[in-house]
Amino acid sequence: MGRLERIAAEQDRAAGRGLSRRGFLSAAAGSALLFGFARETRASQLYPTGAPLPPEEFEPTIWCSVAPDGVVNVNIIRAEMGQHIGTALARIIADEMEADWDKVKITYVDTDPKWGLMVTGGSWSVWMTWDVFRQAGAAARTVLVEEGARLLGTSAEKCTARNGIVSDGTHSVSFGDIVAKAKPTRNFTPEQMKALPLKPASERRLVGKEVKALDIPSKTNGTAIYGIDAKIEGMVYGRPKMPPTRYGSKVISVDESAAKKVRGYLRYVVLDDPSGTVPGWVVVLASSYPAAIRATDLLKVEWTPGKTAHVTEKDILDHGRQQIASREGGTMVFDDRGVDDAFRKAHRVIEREYTCASVMHYQLEPTNAIAMLKDGIWEMHCGNQWQSLFLPVIAKALAVPEARVKMMSYLLGGGFGRRLNGDYVVPAALTSKAIGGKPVKLILTRSDDMMFDSIRSPSVQTVRLALDEKNTLTGMQHHAAAGWPTEVMAAAFMQKGVDGKPYDQFAIAGADHWYDCGPVRVRALSNDLANATFRPGWLRSVSSGWTPWAAEQFWDEVAHELGKDPVELRLSMLNGNGQDGRNKGEAPDSTGGALRQAAVLKRLSEKAGWGKALPKDTGLGIATTFGQERGMPTWTAGAVRVRVDRTTGVVTCEKIWLVLDAGTVVDPDGAMAQTEGGALWGLSMALCEGSEIVDGVCKDRNLDTYTPLRIADVPEMDIEFVESTEKPMGLGEPGVTTIGAAIGNAIFNAVGVRMRHQPVRPEDVLAALKEKSSV
Amino acid sequence: MIKFKLNGRDVSLDVPEDTPLLWALRDDLGLTGTKFGCGVGQCGACTVHVGGRATRSCITPVSAIEGAEVTTIEGLDPEGNHPVQEAWRDIQVPQCGYCQSGQIMQAASLLTDYPSPTDEEIDGVMGGSLCRCMTYIRIRKAIKQAAAAMQSKNSGETSNG
Repeated sequence: MGRLERIAAEQDRAAGRGLSRRGFLSAAAGSALLFGFARETRASQLYPTGAPLPPEEFEPTIWCSVAPDGVVNVNIIRAEMGQHIGTALARIIADEMEADWDKVKITYVDTDPKWGLMVTGGSWSVWMTWDVFRQAGAAARTVLVEEGARLLGTSAEKCTARNGIVSDGTHSVSFGDIVAKAKPTRNFTPEQMKALPLKPASERRLVGKEVKALDIPSKTNGTAIYGIDAKIEGMVYGRPKMPPTRYGSKVISVDESAAKKVRGYLRYVVLDDPSGTVPGWVVVLASSYPAAIRATDLLKVEWTPGKTAHVTEKDILDHGRQQIASREGGTMVFDDRGVDDAFRKAHRVIEREYTCASVMHYQLEPTNAIAMLKDGIWEMHCGNQWQSLFLPVIAKALAVPEARVKMMSYLLGGGFGRRLNGDYVVPAALTSKAIGGKPVKLILTRSDDMMFDSIRSPSVQTVRLALDEKNTLTGMQHHAAAGWPTEVMAAAFMQKGVDGKPYDQFAIAGADHWYDCGPVRVRALSNDLANATFRPGWLRSVSSGWTPWAAEQFWDEVAHELGKDPVELRLSMLNGNGQDGRNKGEAPDSTGGALRQAAVLKRLSEKAGWGKALPKDTGLGIATTFGQERGMPTWTAGAVRVRVDRTTGVVTCEKIWLVLDAGTVVDPDGAMAQTEGGALWGLSMALCEGSEIVDGVCKDRNLDTYTPLRIADVPEMDIEFVESTEKPMGLGEPGVTTIGAAIGNAIFNAVGVRMRHQPVRPEDVLAALKEKSSV
Repeated sequence: MIKFKLNGRDVSLDVPEDTPLLWALRDDLGLTGTKFGCGVGQCGACTVHVGGRATRSCITPVSAIEGAEVTTIEGLDPEGNHPVQEAWRDIQVPQCGYCQSGQIMQAASLLTDYPSPTDEEIDGVMGGSLCRCMTYIRIRKAIKQAAAAMQSKNSGETSNG
């Protein structure tokens, strides 16, 4: 069980509920509600919600219901943001219950305590839901088979369910008819639920098979409804006037004389925020959004800026360097016996520093929300990835109990972790409160959105290796300093290190590797200057998007220093050995351990033609990771082929290869799409993106200077998933993880220069080439 | 009062002349399929057809479309079955989907100009349309599939007629 699930389970226990109990509420108990109804589409959101469940429907658990017409509805508590998660999760439940897929529809639900932890991130959704949905499917199947058998005048043992029909081999009855005629209401105790037999992998009929995503049709004809498309009768439009610093800005004066001349301008509101989420914000209200944009431009606000008004990217990186240089501070994620001894006795130490620049989300739908007071409930209409975390913050801002806040779910025009941080909902709520709860639609323009972005923190990493006289690896250290999103926004979710101190797993995961290289120290340091200057964010693949930039380039550097082959060196260390047996792996999540990582690396090196001659100035680079986190490893190996132009310094990625072992792949095409997109994110961050903090905020405000990868930069791609029936891991992010380091390694193999700062800019490559030729 | 044709129907609007077409479509005419991305004509999410040409609606004031024919994603095909839309569903192009109305409108316009586009022509025309989910591989594939479908349909019509 993952950390988040453990915390959720603890919270649920404290509140007298739990996934186990939540799973068994029956329709007969009268507490079940169906949230939303089918429209023409099979992926629906419809308001108002909370309509009572039609009495004729059978809802064996809160997760699904079967109607008399045979339609199976699956409730989805995850955010739909491009991963087709509703489709993947519905496949799990439908497979186990033997439903007819053509009759399955999904409903994205609003916040209700009964759903438990609502978070969509970390590539967790399938992994977190796998057991619960299979059990829920088994519960439904068990009842339908029993009731079907009764209708057929036979015993359940003689019947099977298949494709929405229960049959004894001669006679059959459909799920819909069973619900209509038998009106089942059975429920289960948690013990009974866990004891239900689950189908073996060989009996799976939907999981692992090709399927068309249920959310796609509406995304091709303009009917898909995102948060920004929500409309409430009588709403007014708001746009913020952004303060000069993320924190600590204080409004001195506001002059609306020019803004008043804009047709449609209504007023401005200086926000009073008890939650401290949006200090110094002023929101302009108007009768249309274009009027709000213009009036905000014309509104004159004077602030006292916060203390970080002159902080630069370099200040933050230098601060991280100082933190790493000090032996004090930070949290030990690994601190193996003998690591200090190894370095004291070392014949030789190899040490390298790697840095990554700030990265911006640029999710294409700018952050926005509608807030309103309706029948005593504060409704927030928006797309969001972590409702359980921000609903309490919104309640605090409004100074009302949590029970009086409800978040309504919409499609997300990109998540990528930006909408795990629900800070953008707070100003909408406060503005609505200031005008008596009238509906306010707050939209950030792109430049507002970028100034307010919760960026991937710049990071500094130092990696050290100790060697004896025979060049045997005797110890290793990996230190990483960066802003800590989880410390700033969700401190209760931090993990504890081996020294008992808390740390942000999303600012170090990836460094805690599966290699056998002697005793290991992994130290995570919270860059407090970063935390004070901006709000560090979770960004697709979090630290596993940047720790391999150091770790996986470092192993190539070591191999070159020792005259070894980088792939052979890695394979020799991926042997399953390590202190306290930690690299052996543990069922069900990491069965096989490091040997599965070795397997994907081996397969990749064969596919990519590792070791074969390449044209001049062209290089192949490889890297390997365990996806997002040790507790949920998606074994990943990536290779890229690049060509470096020595005249311009431009690096062109010609091809990407990936081999992944994610256990069972539930939705193969969705998995492929996520991995394609993830790999291109990795490429984009390595070569195209990267911002810079100037005067306390990122200097980029739009696409004129912030330049994510476009279609012409897309290389050929060859992605392969290892066939497996192990428990499914995540796939939303692992595609990102290897690409940056593989690019760095490929550049070295092409032209012999080592790039240790990401992004790699042409001018940096030119400078490195010049330095090399002058040596 | 500004008058134009929207998806084949006459409409008139009483909004300030400098109102961007994007917001008039979304908020005054209720067609939210056209999206707000960058606001400066560089991401392509707001792409519509004006007089058959792909146009960035976020930087087009309504005063500029007086009397023009405007087509949005909702009007590209009455049933939503333009060959580009069909190819998009078949290849499973959209992820989050937010940019895809603009991508589809841009691709439909591309295929009018280049019925059988090369990779370079696709890059040149589609380069202005950002997809943050990075569905580019599938966009390229779907454009080629739609081109093939349109050509076989056209040649079928020719041979029949």
